[in-house]
Amino acid sequence: MPDIVEINDLRKAYADGFEALKGVTLKIKQGEILALLGPNGAGKTTLISTVCGITTATGGTVKVGGHDTITDYRAARGMIGLVPQEINLEPFEKVISTVRFSRGLFGKPKDDAALEKILRQLSLWDKRDSQIRALSGGMKRRVLIAKALAHEPRVLFLDEPTAGVDVELRRDMWEIVAGLKADGVTIILTTHYIEEAEAIADRIGVIAHGELLLVEDKNKLMARMGKKQLQVHLTKPIDAVPASLVSDALTLSEDGSTLIYTYDTRAERTGITKLLSDVAAAGLVLTDLETSQSSLEEIFVDLLKEDAA
Amino acid sequence: MNWIAVNSIYKFEMARFFRTITQSFVSPVLSTSLYFVVFGAAIGSRIQEVEGISYGAFIVPGLIMLSVITQSISNASFGIYFPKFIGTVFELLSAPINFIEIVLGYVGAAATKALFIGVIILMTAFFFVDITIAHPFWMVVFLVLTCISFSLFGFIIGIWAGNFEQLQLVPLLIITPLVFLGGSFYSISMLPPVWQVISHFNPVVYLISGFRWSFFGAADVPIVTSLLAIAGFTALCLAVIWWIFRTGWRIRQ
Repeated sequence: MPDIVEINDLRKAYADGFEALKGVTLKIKQGEILALLGPNGAGKTTLISTVCGITTATGGTVKVGGHDTITDYRAARGMIGLVPQEINLEPFEKVISTVRFSRGLFGKPKDDAALEKILRQLSLWDKRDSQIRALSGGMKRRVLIAKALAHEPRVLFLDEPTAGVDVELRRDMWEIVAGLKADGVTIILTTHYIEEAEAIADRIGVIAHGELLLVEDKNKLMARMGKKQLQVHLTKPIDAVPASLVSDALTLSEDGSTLIYTYDTRAERTGITKLLSDVAAAGLVLTDLETSQSSLEEIFVDLLKEDAA
Repeated sequence: MNWIAVNSIYKFEMARFFRTITQSFVSPVLSTSLYFVVFGAAIGSRIQEVEGISYGAFIVPGLIMLSVITQSISNASFGIYFPKFIGTVFELLSAPINFIEIVLGYVGAAATKALFIGVIILMTAFFFVDITIAHPFWMVVFLVLTCISFSLFGFIIGIWAGNFEQLQLVPLLIITPLVFLGGSFYSISMLPPVWQVISHFNPVVYLISGFRWSFFGAADVPIVTSLLAIAGFTALCLAVIWWIFRTGWRIRQ
């Protein structure tokens, strides 16, 4: 797939000297879902705002669909939809009016059939004549998405779309995002929820202190950086790891009933076979074996620790 | 030009106006009627004619200007300030539109609302006083130019304002005194000579004088000077707005 968003050495420094973006370079493929992870103040929202034209960059370039966001801003912005982090809506407007307004702003002629399709997709059609103030928080978030989709963008930025929403609505949002991806929309979302990125993203970008620490395919990232653990459940608890088994990779659970072996999936030899034979040689009897993999959250925390070091 | 966007902003702003139609129309009609009752009938009946015109009729152009100027400023300033206040301004900044299109939408709507109110006040005036319009074409020209120029000024105030208090500050502390001291209810020639000179530094004097000339054919300052003043004020406001969008001052980080 070709790159639909090309960000090159993007910089943003504020008047007080604070550098929110320190030369971010990022390419986003058409049709993918990229999740940008990072702690508060990492630069996620600044990055999105700069690409969308809300914030002025102090250096670097951004192209969307091959169009420069400064010199060819009409074509570039026309391809972008933005769902902001905050629920920014005029309270006295009707749902249909505000969505229609958004479509018009992007120079698209009135098309009620297209808007009906979007509103139905987002379960908002029945609420089209309701004032925004009468809607629940979840519905308001849907309205924001409807407004961002009103001009049929090819690239959609979702800035923490599920912040503060309940689990059910979060799952609904994931379904909506999956549906948009199926329609060929490229999605870039920022999130604090690692499980969200793990559940829906194709690639993960980690940003901290205005720098992009990495961008990688989610599965490859988890395979590369994820540690696996083998849990060896014993029939009888033991007080300590037998001397013949002692190693940095092996620990004993608090209740003494499980040996926990941490290994690297990328290594040529994981050491599992040797471990199991050593366990048998030590006279320990097993009841069960279990493996588990590091979550994206653990990988994310590790990355930030490395960056801080 | 993205005319669809201009039309969208314009219609969106006009919809806000029509949502509060009672407040939008009744308020100026009521306040104007009160002015006519107090200044036209009660006090005006004891005042001699001003430059050959009955006092009730004399104040009509000033009253229209008073409302049109304040309405232009408040509509335009609120129109752009409110999206800033509630955060929806991000939509304008991320849309494929330039500052001319944004200004055309917001200022066009604000000027239209003020024009409506100006016409309503004029129609109300016909119920109270007997007036004829000597130069109807120029009356419309002055009215439209005033609506546009002060809507541009209001737009600047809306971008400048950081809170609702600041939004009211300039209209309340600067515009209202200038309009009242700009000859809304009197002729500049009625003032002592020194105040006549000082009044000529008040830009509103030129607007009211020109507008009054279009009604009665009499003016405090030459008509060309009035037109130049309003054209200069419009050009100044446009230049400031161009600079605001070029630098992103108070609107784009």
